Amino acid sequence: MNFKRMLTITKKEFIHLKRDKASLAIAFIMPIMMLILFGFAVTSDVKNVKLVVFDGDKTKESRALIEKFANSNYFQVSDIVNNYDKVEEYIDKGDAKVGLTIPDGFARDVRRKEAPKVQILVDGSDPAIARTAAAYSMIIANNFSLTISGIKSSQPFKLGLIDARARVLYNPMLESAKFNVPGIIGLILQNITVILTAFAMVREKERGTIEQLIMTPVTSLELILGKLIPYVLIGFVDFLFVLALGYLIFDVVVRGSLILLIFFGLVFLISALAMGMLISTIAKTQLQAMQAAFAILLPSILLSGFIFPRESMPKIIYYIGNLFPITYFLEILRGIILKGIGIDLLYKNMLSLFTLTFIIVLITMHKFKKTLD
Amino acid sequence: MEYAISVKNLTKKFGNFTAVDNLSFNIPKGKIFGFLGPNGSGKSTTIRMICGVITPTSGSGKVLGYDLIKEAEKIKQNIGYMSQKFSLYEDLTVEENLDFYGSIYQIHKRDLELRKKELIEMAGLKGKENSLAGTLSGGWKQRLALGCALIHRPKLLVLDEPTAGVDPVSRREFWHLVSRLVKEGITALVTTHYMDEASICDIIGFIYNSKLITIDTPENLYKTHGTENLEDIFIKYVKELSNKDVVSSFKEIKASRNGDEKNEF
Ligand SMILES: Nc1ncnc2c1ncn2[C@@H]1O[C@H](COP(=O)(O)OP(=O)(O)OP(=O)(O)O)[C@@H](O)[C@H]1O
Ligand SMILES: [Mg+2]
Repeated sequence: MNFKRMLTITKKEFIHLKRDKASLAIAFIMPIMMLILFGFAVTSDVKNVKLVVFDGDKTKESRALIEKFANSNYFQVSDIVNNYDKVEEYIDKGDAKVGLTIPDGFARDVRRKEAPKVQILVDGSDPAIARTAAAYSMIIANNFSLTISGIKSSQPFKLGLIDARARVLYNPMLESAKFNVPGIIGLILQNITVILTAFAMVREKERGTIEQLIMTPVTSLELILGKLIPYVLIGFVDFLFVLALGYLIFDVVVRGSLILLIFFGLVFLISALAMGMLISTIAKTQLQAMQAAFAILLPSILLSGFIFPRESMPKIIYYIGNLFPITYFLEILRGIILKGIGIDLLYKNMLSLFTLTFIIVLITMHKFKKTLD
Repeated sequence: MEYAISVKNLTKKFGNFTAVDNLSFNIPKGKIFGFLGPNGSGKSTTIRMICGVITPTSGSGKVLGYDLIKEAEKIKQNIGYMSQKFSLYEDLTVEENLDFYGSIYQIHKRDLELRKKELIEMAGLKGKENSLAGTLSGGWKQRLALGCALIHRPKLLVLDEPTAGVDPVSRREFWHLVSRLVKEGITALVTTHYMDEASICDIIGFIYNSKLITIDTPENLYKTHGTENLEDIFIKYVKELSNKDVVSSFKEIKASRNGDEKNEF
């Protein structure tokens, strides 16, 4: 292992990067794009959802509740109707997504400090909206009962929102961007390093320059390490960069230990680099490398719990998700960033992440040795 | 006599397939060794073993006095290799390519600057130092690749089809350069499919189906076969060894196409 030769490879790799617009874009534009795209567009937040109201109470209190809904950004009162059937009709037709029915006696219940009964009807055809709209309604109504009566009534509506409850706990305004940002950081770290490293070695193969390199005294270890250094740096810079952007744009603060977060970031980076290298040793062309990268990245996005909650996945899919390091890294990211928890609560995920990383690195090293002879 | 390359019973198997079968030969220093043979006969595989890149399945050898198997690193440090692909980094400039290989071979900075100047002069690349290698034409690329292979003043130059896809003028210029280097004391191992290039060599080895069929000076080959045409000798070997009429000559091919028709021109 000769340090100078390794750094020579690193320097050359940086020149490649500097001259290759596509790689540069992947390294520095893609993180911003992904953050903004996933943060804003792929949001399960609901804004200005059409609300139809049937006020069966017609009191000062019921009007105040309607006002609350109307003044929130989440709902937009499209109509106030005068019987319950109309509410259903509106939702059936798609003229409203959510119906609020305030029964007779609402004001009386509020004054008697009894849990007031209000019915929320949600159009379930779009589950993402349905879930969050229901959750928002719950929060608004909760706040309402607090201000009106001062009761800390916890469950005026029974909606059975297990997921929403967890979110409400750590993310009071239920902004999905906040929940998404830690996940996006993981995805960015994974995608960029996997794609860039997958290409790094394949490029030498495809252009035949590897033929020349193996005739020089450079060893395979020097070659691999020298090539990985630029991507470790880029991955790390991107990691911090996205963390900073997450704070500036989405107001996401790291509640837990930043050092711990960076440590896990580095471990995860190693697993992502190893995956990229594995692709690099197997693929013969850049096209194959690209396809292989997507074959890993796409399921990892879908199965890691980034988009869909893993709890509700079929068992077999759930177990497949266990095979991706990002699954555990996401838990760790959310744990440290949103909940501010430490190793004492994260050790299970940590062990899984370490084990997987170790296995991937082993496989990659084994494969690489084989392909050389 | 001290040999630049000396191999004994060199064999390489890929699974069940024997790519190089029991090769033995000695090449003295300061000579050009031309390694001929049809596609897939095992030339590049032999070269890879000689350069210490792949380990022989059996057999042994010494290159520049170093053991093939035990001292691969030393061999690599002392050979210059160039292939038909001119494996240059096309997105690096002429100078960056030279710098890269220079520092891979760990040449000192001052030394490297001098050597770079020499090689740029030699390759006729003056004024092109800052052009991207990818923008050079075939002949230039080839000479830059030679420059990169020579940056560390190797004692053995290994050229695997160095002139494939290069025009006749560049081909001659290239061989002119190689001749000059050999005169200065370098040993060259060259594979080629061009018989005019083969005739320049001091020693010719002919490999067919992984086996070394003959190794001799061109002059001796002419005497043995009674012709000064190496291409005919090459074809003759293939005919004999494959037990079938390989192909007719180019003249015959043309004649058969034109048939009885009169040539209009
Ligand atoms: N790594 C490998 N694994 C399996 N077979 C191989 C490997 N390398 C070479 N071969 C086979 O060994 C044989 C000899 O290949 P080699 O490249 O040495 O031929 P060559 O004489 O250089 O041919 P050419 O004139 O086309 O360059 C070929 O049939 C090739 O397919
Ligand atoms: Mg070959």
